[in-house]
Amino acid sequence: MLRRLSARKTFLIVGLLTMLAGCQSAPPASQDTLYNDLGERHGIARFVKDMLYIVVEDDRIAETFRGVDIASLHRNLTDQICHLANGPCTYNGRSMTEAHAGLGIDETDFNALVEDLILAMEQNQVPVSAQNRLLNRLARLHDQVVRIPEARPTTH
Amino acid sequence: MPFTRFLPWLLVALASAPPAVAEPGSRLWATGGVTTIEGAAGGGLVPMAVLTGYASDREWGGSVALSHAPLDDYTVDVVAGALNWHNRIEISAARQTLDLDTLGAALNQDDLQQDILGAKLRLTGDVLYSPYGQWSLGVQYKHNRTFTVPDAVGARDVRGTDVYLAGTKVFLAGLFGRNVLVNGVVRGTKANQGGLLGFGGDKNDSYDAVLEGSAGVFIDRQWLVGTEYRQKPDNLGFAREEDGYDLFVAWVPERHLAVTAAWVNLGSIAGLDDQQGAYLSLQGSF
Ligand code: HEM
Repeated sequence: MLRRLSARKTFLIVGLLTMLAGCQSAPPASQDTLYNDLGERHGIARFVKDMLYIVVEDDRIAETFRGVDIASLHRNLTDQICHLANGPCTYNGRSMTEAHAGLGIDETDFNALVEDLILAMEQNQVPVSAQNRLLNRLARLHDQVVRIPEARPTTH
Repeated sequence: MPFTRFLPWLLVALASAPPAVAEPGSRLWATGGVTTIEGAAGGGLVPMAVLTGYASDREWGGSVALSHAPLDDYTVDVVAGALNWHNRIEISAARQTLDLDTLGAALNQDDLQQDILGAKLRLTGDVLYSPYGQWSLGVQYKHNRTFTVPDAVGARDVRGTDVYLAGTKVFLAGLFGRNVLVNGVVRGTKANQGGLLGFGGDKNDSYDAVLEGSAGVFIDRQWLVGTEYRQKPDNLGFAREEDGYDLFVAWVPERHLAVTAAWVNLGSIAGLDDQQGAYLSLQGSF
């Protein structure tokens, strides 16, 4: 029983709830200048490098990166972010599920890496709106990174 | 009442938590919300689906908060504490006091008081990363400690239980590159003025479904401005009860601290109309 809902108030609240359900399907903003706002490829390469410096000092996730070829990771991550920002780069690494399969990445790890990325972007004076737009695109990859089981051994 | 003793224990537990536990958790800044006047994580008046503190899926989190709102004829004070296990379950306790600044002498009672023990279960989703946001189910078990006045004005019960479903989503870069917070709640309740005037009444003694909502914009990761709206039942014949709303600014300089300032209007309370005023809340969390 929904009592005492004046039309105006119900409209307001239903509007909020509709936004909650509907915003996801809104088309991405046109006029994409994210690549420029991130400082183009060299700007991206710089904050990715700073992020990796923070990551290897971050007790929550440093262990996961032990033994990884950091130069290659740096190049692939930079290309991928450049590509996600509609920049002129080609990503040559593995798919997200392949790259993160069996690493046992949980929500804590994911949050830790996002935090380290934000700190690195702040160090590099990346504008807040460019940070948010990039995070929005990275957030969509969450389900391809977190808790991805070891790839099934293929029979040859 | 066992839970009237719960809050001090919670505070002791938080204060004596080993330093490793008190290290803030890994969820991003401000994603634990602040502490509502009922102790649950959310805004000021309206809870959210987010769980208090900064615990992510292998961590503990928690918060303590003090809130104060001098309204025209009343003053609201809240002490609250909450714990978060693995960003899955939040347990909260709060004591609310409403000083009867204007009516006190006539009623021969200084204040109305209630205790609220709350639990919130995150059902699914993540406020930042899930396309459809985060969804939680909450209960609030409320016990009025000053039932003489509520009883005299027609309230039926000294205790009541609210149940609510909350959905919350932060749209990253949702508006001009700023992150936008949207939150909606459906609550089943019999509470009069949140429970300060008891539960059920002469006019209506059954559960009402009420809607609550909040919306805000993060100016950056430290500053959130927004608004809240909360419907309330109208169960007592002696005086009409109205909905409440507020405009707020929250400042989260770092994970250990949040400061919320608001202008709040709780409508007519016990026959005194248009109760509005400032609201200030301090929260410490980990
Ligand atoms: C949206 C978030 C993420 C994105 C976009 C991302 C992107 C990438 C990319 C592009 C690579 C290189 C793949 C390749 O070279 O073939 C990679 C590898 C890797 N990522 Fe992520 N990653 C994300 C989250 C995480 C998280 C949360 C962790 C753990 C804390 C993590 C740990 C790793 C590790 C350890 C590797 C190296 C794997 C290997 O070389 O075997 N990643 N990631």
